[in-house]
Amino acid sequence: MAATATIERGPIDRVMTLRERIDPARRITLMASAIVLLLVLLLLVFIGLNGVQIFTSSGIPFAAVFNTQWLPGDQFVSGEVSFGIFPFIAGTLGVMFVAALIATPLSVGLAIYMAEVAPRWARSITQPSMEVFVGIPSVVWGWLGITVLVPFLSHNLAGIGFTLGFSWFAGSLVLALMILPTITSIAYDAITSVPAEMRGASVALGTTRWQTIRHVVIPAALGGIATAVVLGMMRAAGEALAVQMVIGNRPVMPTSITQPLTTLTAQITLDMGNTVGGTPWNQVLWTMGLVLLLISFGFVLLVRRLSRSRQVP
Amino acid sequence: MSVAGPPTLTSPPIPIPAVTREQAQAASASEVKLRARGLNVYYGPRRAVRDIDLEVGANAITAFIGPSGCGKSTILRCFDRMNDLIPGARVEGEILLNGEDINAKDVLPVEVRRRVGLVFQRPNPFPMTIYDNVAYGPRRHGVKDRKVLDEIVENSIRRAALWDEVKDDYRRKSGLSLSGGQQQRLCIARTLATEPDVILMDEPCSALDPIATLKIEDLMSELRERYTIVIVTHNMQQAARVSDRTAFFTLGEDRAGFLVEMGATSEIFTNPREQLTEDYVSGRFG
Amino acid sequence: MSQTTSTKSTGAMRRTLYADRVATGVLWAIGILVVLILGAIIVHFLLASIGTMSPSFLFGDPSDTTVGGIGPVLWNSVYVLVLTLLITVPLGLLGGIYMAEYAGQGRIPNLIRLSQELISSVPSIVVGLFGLALFVNATHWSFTALGGALALSVFNLPLLTRLTEQALRAVPRDERDGSLALGTTKWQTIRHVALPLAIPGILTGVILTAGRIFGEAAALIFTAGVATPSHYDFANFNLADPRSPWSPFHSATTLAVYIWAQNSEGLGQFVRQIADSSAAVLVVMVLIFNLGARGLGRVLQRRATGVS
Repeated sequence: MAATATIERGPIDRVMTLRERIDPARRITLMASAIVLLLVLLLLVFIGLNGVQIFTSSGIPFAAVFNTQWLPGDQFVSGEVSFGIFPFIAGTLGVMFVAALIATPLSVGLAIYMAEVAPRWARSITQPSMEVFVGIPSVVWGWLGITVLVPFLSHNLAGIGFTLGFSWFAGSLVLALMILPTITSIAYDAITSVPAEMRGASVALGTTRWQTIRHVVIPAALGGIATAVVLGMMRAAGEALAVQMVIGNRPVMPTSITQPLTTLTAQITLDMGNTVGGTPWNQVLWTMGLVLLLISFGFVLLVRRLSRSRQVP
Repeated sequence: MSVAGPPTLTSPPIPIPAVTREQAQAASASEVKLRARGLNVYYGPRRAVRDIDLEVGANAITAFIGPSGCGKSTILRCFDRMNDLIPGARVEGEILLNGEDINAKDVLPVEVRRRVGLVFQRPNPFPMTIYDNVAYGPRRHGVKDRKVLDEIVENSIRRAALWDEVKDDYRRKSGLSLSGGQQQRLCIARTLATEPDVILMDEPCSALDPIATLKIEDLMSELRERYTIVIVTHNMQQAARVSDRTAFFTLGEDRAGFLVEMGATSEIFTNPREQLTEDYVSGRFG
Repeated sequence: MSQTTSTKSTGAMRRTLYADRVATGVLWAIGILVVLILGAIIVHFLLASIGTMSPSFLFGDPSDTTVGGIGPVLWNSVYVLVLTLLITVPLGLLGGIYMAEYAGQGRIPNLIRLSQELISSVPSIVVGLFGLALFVNATHWSFTALGGALALSVFNLPLLTRLTEQALRAVPRDERDGSLALGTTKWQTIRHVALPLAIPGILTGVILTAGRIFGEAAALIFTAGVATPSHYDFANFNLADPRSPWSPFHSATTLAVYIWAQNSEGLGQFVRQIADSSAAVLVVMVLIFNLGARGLGRVLQRRATGVS
């Protein structure tokens, strides 16, 4: 059966066409993926430049910014001006750690539940639940906090010797709920990647399920769980609106878990719209933004360094 | 091709009827399609294949046999430069297709692969209709005319002995809805559509049941008239059944594969020159 | 008299069994608790919006005297979402193709991966500041939908790039090799085999991302604006006119930002109802995006790999 339709073909040894030499597909896609490089540089440039304005153009000394006194508008009252940002840094760290404290047991527990205990039908409920959980917008959490959580706290937990409303605790509690799905999903991945052979070995020795989990699975997954908690803390540190709505916005150093507090993100959110560009008050907000940027970049580099050193056998 | 009695998987190698042996020898004596000279393949620092010199004759079926891991597939894939896709793989030596070196500087892998087709171990049809699967190659090579494509597709499916089974709905049915054996014949049809000179087959039947295997072997014998076929197989009886010439490879002490012996299939299986070959085909190792 | 050959005393054995049961109970409790919390939140907002939720709320204009509606801000949420996707999906697709198909382990691909991680870590409020500096001040645009979309693109682009990359890497090697063995170029293989197989995964991811974008507020406060729009004239198709709701330069307070604004600046007596119902809308949208993505993913998966 001879085919009348044939495919044209030249010699096997030939010069590349211009298109093949240039390979436009490769170049265009390379440029698209390299945009992120540009974005990182732009971020550093714009926020960096604005962040140092308070020192360069307003001439405020470093000492006035790196201290614990936040008195930005008081130059007209007491003559003393201080743009100390330590309360905000401390506040950020404070809510971050307490939120991690609250969320970690629940998240890791949930991850263990999903990976080791839950039957298939339960997993088909918890898995989508996590996805929806993660998708709930920050404002919704904040609004929930302000309309439900804070009144609950102040009505029900008052009278034990303190009043509790807009506070460090409220902020951490809301944040804990927000970072719960983040920690859970990463911890879940870490736990499920523990090889089945390890579990099998433990079970074959006649141990209960909890013993296997506690003595074999969790230690093996510890690195991943730690990463999960760190990433959760990072998310907590960067959260703005939900925190701002429930934390009370008092720019003081954190001393008591029941006190109103504030964080870097909350203060930026609060003051940015109310300050005039070019004034030191406005400029210090940019400085706070720069601090946040450097902290988050530093975190990423630190996590990378840690995971690389862990991989060395 | 008729063979006396149906072969089973455990029966000893069947001697090839004299008439076809002569035909095969005559055919392969007339033209050398592929030649490897001083072929060495490295994966990183490790040499996987050492100093291969062999010739593949036109319009014949050549089988590569040998224990697993001895580099048969690696050598096979040199013939269509598929090893280029493996990071860290390095091919040294000459590989000539119709006398032209396919690894020369100006030769594009794309051109080589249009002329040398490859059938994989596991059937891998695209998630498209049967028609689109077969038309894929010609379309990518620039054929747009619908009538031309129709003709190429039908001819290819016929030549792959698949026509009777799909002729009613090959335009609509997905390639993935076929059975394993049918899928593999679809992959063969897909390869045929690009009008290759050579068809390489890398253990094409190892994922198929015995009935599908026999169908493919029959198909190979038919295809031999128009194409040159090189097949890698770990099944000695299959090599003895279908091939005209056989090359036996094994692993040397340096863990690199090398060519032990190559010759007419009947000779290799009944009267090999090398002791190693004798040991392998009689089942003493491998 | 047979000796017991157990290596544990029965007391310790009973303790471990008891511990196992307690642990199982605790874990179940945690699982149930978390799901209940989620359910409670959803139900809370749905209930709280009863009485306020109506078509006139969803599509009507805000009002100073009554509860009013969220029509304009809802429009803005959709507008900014679509604009962001228009910017980031094509670029993310191309970028992901490069990372999955062309990039090796060289310096530039590694730098790109590092940059993706760095940007993903930046808090969205800082992205908002960046947007303020670049897309509001430097360009002298003031608050615009385009500025908001560009700010959102800053952290959505690396996300979609990584999404595409992962979806492409999941395409089985055999399919790709099969195409290359037929003598096609790399780009042909990507375009006709790898990409079509990766599309279901990409699409699912894009829908999930869209859900996040819809609820985003921190990055939009300083770029798309906070002021409550009073009324949108949809008949105005002049794209250069910042008053036209079709123009990329109109100030675009979104639903999420609106809730925050109500909380911080809202003065009317209906703040509670407005915010509750708006939150209910957001929660329902998240549910739709999430479950929709899952369902779509399953349908597409079956069609791509299954029998025709």
